[in-house]
Amino acid sequence: MNAGHASIPKLAVRAATKAYHTASGDLLALDGCTIDIQANQIVSIVGPSGCGKTTLLWSMSGLHRLSGGEIALDGTPVAGPRPEIGLVFQEANLLPWRNLDANINFPFEIKGLKPDRAWIAHLLQRVGLEGFGGKFPRELSGGMQQRAAIVRALSLKPSVLLMDEPFGALDSFTREEMNRLVEEIWLERPTTIVFITHSIEEAIFLSDRVVVMSARPGRVAKEYAVPFPRPRSLEIMATREVFDLHNAIKMDIIGARAVQKPAAFRPAATAS
Amino acid sequence: MSDVIPEFSKGGDEQKVSLTNLSAFSSGPGIRSGAEILAIVLVAIIVIGGVELSLRYFEVPLYIMPPPSAIVVALVTEFPLILPHLGYTLVELSGGFAIGAVIGLFLAAVITQFPFAEKIVAPYILLLVTTPMLALVPLLILRFGFGYEPRIIAVALAAGPMVMINAATGFRRVDSAKIALARSYGASTLQIFWKIRAPMALPMILVGLMIGAIFGLLTAVGAEMVGGGFGLGNRLTTYSSMIQMPQFFAVVLVLSTLGILIYVLFFLIGKKWASWEA
Repeated sequence: MNAGHASIPKLAVRAATKAYHTASGDLLALDGCTIDIQANQIVSIVGPSGCGKTTLLWSMSGLHRLSGGEIALDGTPVAGPRPEIGLVFQEANLLPWRNLDANINFPFEIKGLKPDRAWIAHLLQRVGLEGFGGKFPRELSGGMQQRAAIVRALSLKPSVLLMDEPFGALDSFTREEMNRLVEEIWLERPTTIVFITHSIEEAIFLSDRVVVMSARPGRVAKEYAVPFPRPRSLEIMATREVFDLHNAIKMDIIGARAVQKPAAFRPAATAS
Repeated sequence: MSDVIPEFSKGGDEQKVSLTNLSAFSSGPGIRSGAEILAIVLVAIIVIGGVELSLRYFEVPLYIMPPPSAIVVALVTEFPLILPHLGYTLVELSGGFAIGAVIGLFLAAVITQFPFAEKIVAPYILLLVTTPMLALVPLLILRFGFGYEPRIIAVALAAGPMVMINAATGFRRVDSAKIALARSYGASTLQIFWKIRAPMALPMILVGLMIGAIFGLLTAVGAEMVGGGFGLGNRLTTYSSMIQMPQFFAVVLVLSTLGILIYVLFFLIGKKWASWEA
């Protein structure tokens, strides 16, 4: 692919560690995660629930602070929200009191910038939302809301797009449609995308690389290159190679879980 | 939801307001079909006409319960005399309400930013909400005399806590994802307040303002009944002491209309600015 093999990765996660202080003691969410993400690559992060995927993504966005390690964007450590980074949330996360236009203008308002009308109009047309500017979120379907959220995230032309299980709440058909849309947008204007998902299928369809994380504390268990050509047609997605890759990733995740479960139950029995 | 307890959801996720929700607004007047309007008018005619006829049939004395027609006649003939008093009451209501609402809103916005301070202040707010401010009116009159001041203060004391307690509920509805969204674009605390917290709280603020205004009206009329020679409350005591019941009920009618107007005003504001929640 056109992913450049630059010497400095776009996003470099170095021994990222995150502990939460909860009432019942410290909780280690991330334990020494190291991932290099090259410019204009799509990298998916999959793993069992509670493996710290979201924590990792939020740390990349600068919204969470790590307990240890470092995340660097273009070689400089991420210490807070950065304008080069766009975020797409689990649910569309539109502001219900604003219509679609006002929602998309929100980032510009916060930054005190003039909205880039031509670019926004292009994006809206691209995701099929032209003419919906006056609608309020509650008048739109879940898929349309998430399209609007993508437009909002792309409106400031970020060089990195972080997507936190963006299509998890959508039905599978809408989800496939959205996956195709992300691919199209990416083909038109390559950006670095980090994509958190529970769906292995989605991860393979979208990614240049799939990172599999282990259960809590989250570590990088395995990485897979996904070398299939784009755009990824239904035929490509139905090949043996995709099937094998899907199974390998699934085994990694389920395998990790199978080991995790007895370990979680054992201490009570073998306490002494 | 998220894998691990994210820092932002500590305060609990978006609370759905119930009961005191704007359902109070949405169940209000709406567009009705011709048949419905006909039915409503018919029932009104039967009820009011029935009251009128039975009062006349049983020859109930005027000083016990005047028939609706007598009340309407009194309202029309006495209106020039009632009108200035309506003005006095409105001055007290709007003055006291404005003071109470501004202070209540400000305190709610500030206090919800500091959970610890909120815990300390909460009992006093509860005391202010639950104590009928009318009880303080004699004291206020003693201190401030028979003019506007004690009444305006009483209205402010009645309306303020109502506004505050509801607005605080609104400001406490922290949606961690929406705040994270704003922060991801580098929003300042002030921007988060004006662009996320305030609009999210608006439906509850409107509920608080409406309840505060109604309580304010109640307190204004009550304070006028306690002392001083003007205002609609004063008219009520005057007319009843002179056993002028049609006039008395005419004033009651004016007060009801005022209450309904307050409700309709906030209903319309809510429809315009807070309909996203309904």
